Amino acid sequence: MINNRENMSVSERLISSRQNRQLDEVRGRMIVTACALIMIAASVAITIFLGVKGLQSFLVNGVSPIEFLTSLNWNPTDSDPKYGVLPFIFGSFAVTILSALIAAPLGIAGAIFMTEIAPNWGKKVLQPVIELLVGIPSVVYGFIGLTVLVPFIAQFKSSGTGHSLLAGTIVLSVMILPTITSISADAMASLPKSLREGSYALGATRWQTIRKVLVPAAFPTLMTAVVLGMARAFGEALAVQMVIGNTRVLPESPFDTAGTLTTIITLNMGHTTYGSVENNTLWSMGLVLLVMSFLFILLIRYLSSRRKV
Amino acid sequence: MSEQMVKEKPERAVIVPKQNHVLEVKDLSIYYGNKQAVHHVNMDIEKNAVTALIGPSGCGKSTFLRNINRMNDLIPSARAEGEILYEGLNILGGNINVVSLRREIGMVFQKPNPFPKSIYANITHALKYAGERNKAVLDEIVEESLTKAALWDEVKDRLHSSALSLSGGQQQRLCIARTLAMKPAVLLLDEPASALDPISNAKIEELITGLKREYSIIIVTHNMQQALRVSDRTAFFLNGELVEYGQTEQIFTSPKKQKTEDYINGKFG
Repeated sequence: MINNRENMSVSERLISSRQNRQLDEVRGRMIVTACALIMIAASVAITIFLGVKGLQSFLVNGVSPIEFLTSLNWNPTDSDPKYGVLPFIFGSFAVTILSALIAAPLGIAGAIFMTEIAPNWGKKVLQPVIELLVGIPSVVYGFIGLTVLVPFIAQFKSSGTGHSLLAGTIVLSVMILPTITSISADAMASLPKSLREGSYALGATRWQTIRKVLVPAAFPTLMTAVVLGMARAFGEALAVQMVIGNTRVLPESPFDTAGTLTTIITLNMGHTTYGSVENNTLWSMGLVLLVMSFLFILLIRYLSSRRKV
Repeated sequence: MSEQMVKEKPERAVIVPKQNHVLEVKDLSIYYGNKQAVHHVNMDIEKNAVTALIGPSGCGKSTFLRNINRMNDLIPSARAEGEILYEGLNILGGNINVVSLRREIGMVFQKPNPFPKSIYANITHALKYAGERNKAVLDEIVEESLTKAALWDEVKDRLHSSALSLSGGQQQRLCIARTLAMKPAVLLLDEPASALDPISNAKIEELITGLKREYSIIIVTHNMQQALRVSDRTAFFLNGELVEYGQTEQIFTSPKKQKTEDYINGKFG
């Protein structure tokens, strides 16, 4: 096949045809395309399924979507059942935002420590720590929270156990810390060296360089790190469920028990009948989670597009 | 021949009265770990003149330049021996505040590195570090330094747009302007025009010639024509050693060392 110039005309040699396209090439292409199509099909199928199931409570069972999203009253087993999930939406947002408030400063500071303050040994120590934190299963986080955190918080409460929004927040902030730290560290490390040099050459101290040049330059990516952490916190079910108390009322303080969308779904999906109104409203909560994760993705896209360096 | 001259290394062909030296480099050696990058350099840098450092890649000229404002401190393995006297003070000493030193000995790099901020903020940035907060003073310094860097007319109507919207040549002049804003005594230029197009290059050269009235300038360049055009004195580095140092004209027309002549005539490099 190679360079058989004597017996073939130039058009025979160079114009592509079905015969000369190698079989290998076609096969490889087909395998990769098939894998990509499976992925796309799976996500589309899940989205459609969740959409259909999630809307059933509104379309078939006649639950009012407005009541569903705005009512504080969740009582699906009553003779006059109420399907308001606002306390859980609130709970989800509360643990997500509060845990981000704790984990973001810690994670970003850890990233700065790794890349700017002690790049030699800081990375050697923190990198395995982060990997370890990622590797711990969420049930273990929840178990530790239940064993250590919940009794500890109970000491500060006048009555009841320590199951609370606060406990959920602390467990979640440890869980999302590695996400925020590692993405932030990558963001800081990928800043061009010239930016650091430019600042130092103008007589900036290390802290001034970090605060006024490096962090602003990396800011969109740092925010992406925080949002990814928040997306994880929003979707986490097991560990939160073990420590938050899973009550259906709006918490008045971080020490009160609460419930989130995910914890209520995991808690109730086992003992509701498939097709019942209550079961369908759980699907609707799942749909709310999906919509939220789409919003998180949009936010990340937007932040990435603002990356300057 | 005076006694002093006997003590001098033979490279120092031209002896200028000491008060005209802004920097005196004495027996400077620079190491990266175990590797020696600069070998026992002795060199006086003239005040209000342009000194060009030439030589092939890896000859140690940039390393030498970066040591003058202690930028090599940022490289953990780098270590310097010897002395660099700035107005008589050894700036390699451990007691030196490198932050203050870099305000007096400013540096501009090969690749323009403006901060991802507005043009105005790029200039006021370091002034704010130094404690200047007065808006009127800042405005004045912004105009003054942009004017000195021959950029004012091009950007005066868009001071608050992003520095990254400027062309490469404009960005480099902005980097020069923000260094000038600190009112340094010495300006270190590390191949400032090598990443730029010929027109921007010419503008930077013109700028350098104008700036030497107020500043002492040391420029590293790969471009020998550029060294010839802009500099008063030229130092030729090879393999970490200062081979020859003298008036630019003399270096280019009648070099004393064979290696210098070979390099200038393009026999290697």
